[in-house]
Amino acid sequence: MLVIRDLYKNFGKQDILKGINETIQLGEVVSIIGPSGSGKSTFLRCINLLEIPSKGSITCQGQVIFEDGKMAKEYEINHYRQKMGMVFQQFKFFPHINVIDNMILAPFQTKKMTKEAAIEKAKGLLLKVGLMDKMVEYPRTLSGGQKQRLAIIRALMMDPEVMLFDEPTSALDPEMVKDVLNVIKDVVYMGMTVVIVTHEMRFAEEISDRVLFMDEGKIIESASPSDLFHHPQHVRTQAFLSKVL
Amino acid sequence: MSIIENVIKIIIHYFPMLLRGLGVTLELSAITVFFGAFIGLFVCLLVISPIKILSFLGKAYVEIIRGVPLLLQLCAIYLVFSSVIGKFAATAVALILNSGAYVAEIMRAGIQAVDKGQTEAARSLGLSKMKTMIKVILPQAIRNILPAIGNEYVTIIKETSLAMTFFVGDLMTIQKEIGSVTYLYLEAYIAVGIFYFISTFTLSKLILAMERRMKRSVGYS
Repeated sequence: MLVIRDLYKNFGKQDILKGINETIQLGEVVSIIGPSGSGKSTFLRCINLLEIPSKGSITCQGQVIFEDGKMAKEYEINHYRQKMGMVFQQFKFFPHINVIDNMILAPFQTKKMTKEAAIEKAKGLLLKVGLMDKMVEYPRTLSGGQKQRLAIIRALMMDPEVMLFDEPTSALDPEMVKDVLNVIKDVVYMGMTVVIVTHEMRFAEEISDRVLFMDEGKIIESASPSDLFHHPQHVRTQAFLSKVL
Repeated sequence: MSIIENVIKIIIHYFPMLLRGLGVTLELSAITVFFGAFIGLFVCLLVISPIKILSFLGKAYVEIIRGVPLLLQLCAIYLVFSSVIGKFAATAVALILNSGAYVAEIMRAGIQAVDKGQTEAARSLGLSKMKTMIKVILPQAIRNILPAIGNEYVTIIKETSLAMTFFVGDLMTIQKEIGSVTYLYLEAYIAVGIFYFISTFTLSKLILAMERRMKRSVGYS
C-alpha cells in the first residue's frame, strides 16, 4: 500500500532521517517506537508530506507522491491526504467552530459529502465515542481526552484508508489515556491500515502486527510485537527496552 | 482662571463651527478607514503571497509608506492630485494609501499569529491551501486583527489633523480660524483638543465593547 524508499530529511545541518526503507501493507497495523529525537514523528509527518523529505520516494498504491525533491501536484496531494487521516499529539481541533462543524468541515468543503450526509455520519461517530452530548459545544469547553477522541473521528469522517497517529496520548492527563486508546483500538478493529508513533509499549504490543524500533534517524529493527518486545535482536533495541519496560 | 473661561466661551460661541470641523474630521476618518481596509487587505494578500515578486511588491509598499513621514506623503500627493481631484479628495487619497500599509501589516501579523498546527490539521484532512485559509485561518485571524484595526482607526482620527496643512475644513483648520479671529490661540487648541479627545475616547470604548461582545459570541477564549 505504502512504499517508502531511501527517505532522508534534514533541518538545516541536522539530519533527522537517514535513509528509511519501509513497506506498509494494506490493513497492517504498525507501531513505531524509539527514544525521543529518533525521527519517529518526522517520519510519520513525511508520510503525508507535512514535512517535505530531502531525498527519497513515497509511493501510495502505485502512485508516486514524492520522488527526489519532486512533489505531486497540489490537488493530487490534497487527494492523497484525504485518504490518510492524521491525529496529532496536540489535537489541533479548530477552536472557532463547534464540534459538529469541526466534524463536517473537511468532508463538506472537499465535496466528498453533502452537508446532510456529513452530519448524519458525524452523529453516528459521536455516538460511538460517547460524545453525542458535546455536538454543539466549542472545543475550549472540552477536556484533552475528549478533544483527542473527537480529533480521531474528525479524521475518520473522510473515510481514510490509512490512519496516522503521532503520539496521540502523550499530551493527555493519565486518566484520559485509556478512553483514547480504546477509540484507537476500535479503528484497528475496523481493519484499517494504521501507523502509530507511541510511547505506550503495552498498547503497541497489543494492537500491532509489526513494531518498528527507530534510533538516530534509522529503522534499527522491524519485527512482530512478541519478537521485538521479548526477543529484541539489536543491542540498541535491547538497551531502549530495558529502560522503558 | 481666565484660560478655562476663555475655552468655555470659545466652545459656546464657536460651537457650530467646531461641530462642522468635527464633522469633516470624522468624514475624512471614515473614508480613510473604509477604503484603507480594502487597500490593506489587498496589500496583505500580496505580502503573504507565495509568488515572490508579488510578495516583494507588497513588502516594499509597506516599508516605504511606513518609512516616510505622513506629512511628506500628504504634501507629495496633494501636489500631484489636488488640482485634478480637489483638496479634500487628494488629502483622503494620501491618508488611505498611508493607512492601507498599516492595516496590511496588522492583517499579516494577525494571520501569521494563528497556530501553524491549525494549517497542518486542515491540510492533513485534505483541504486545499485556499480552503484552509478561508475556512480555518482567516476566521481565527480576525480575532487578532479587529482590536488592532480599531486602534488604527483611533490613530487615523488624530492623523487627519495633518490635513489642516491644506485647510480642508477639519477640526485643526477650525482652530486656525478661531485663533486668527480671537487671538486666543492656546484656548482654541484646547477647545479643539477636547473635541478630538471626546471622539477618540468614545471610539476606543466602543471598540472595547465590541471586542468583548465578539469574544462572547465567538465562544472561545
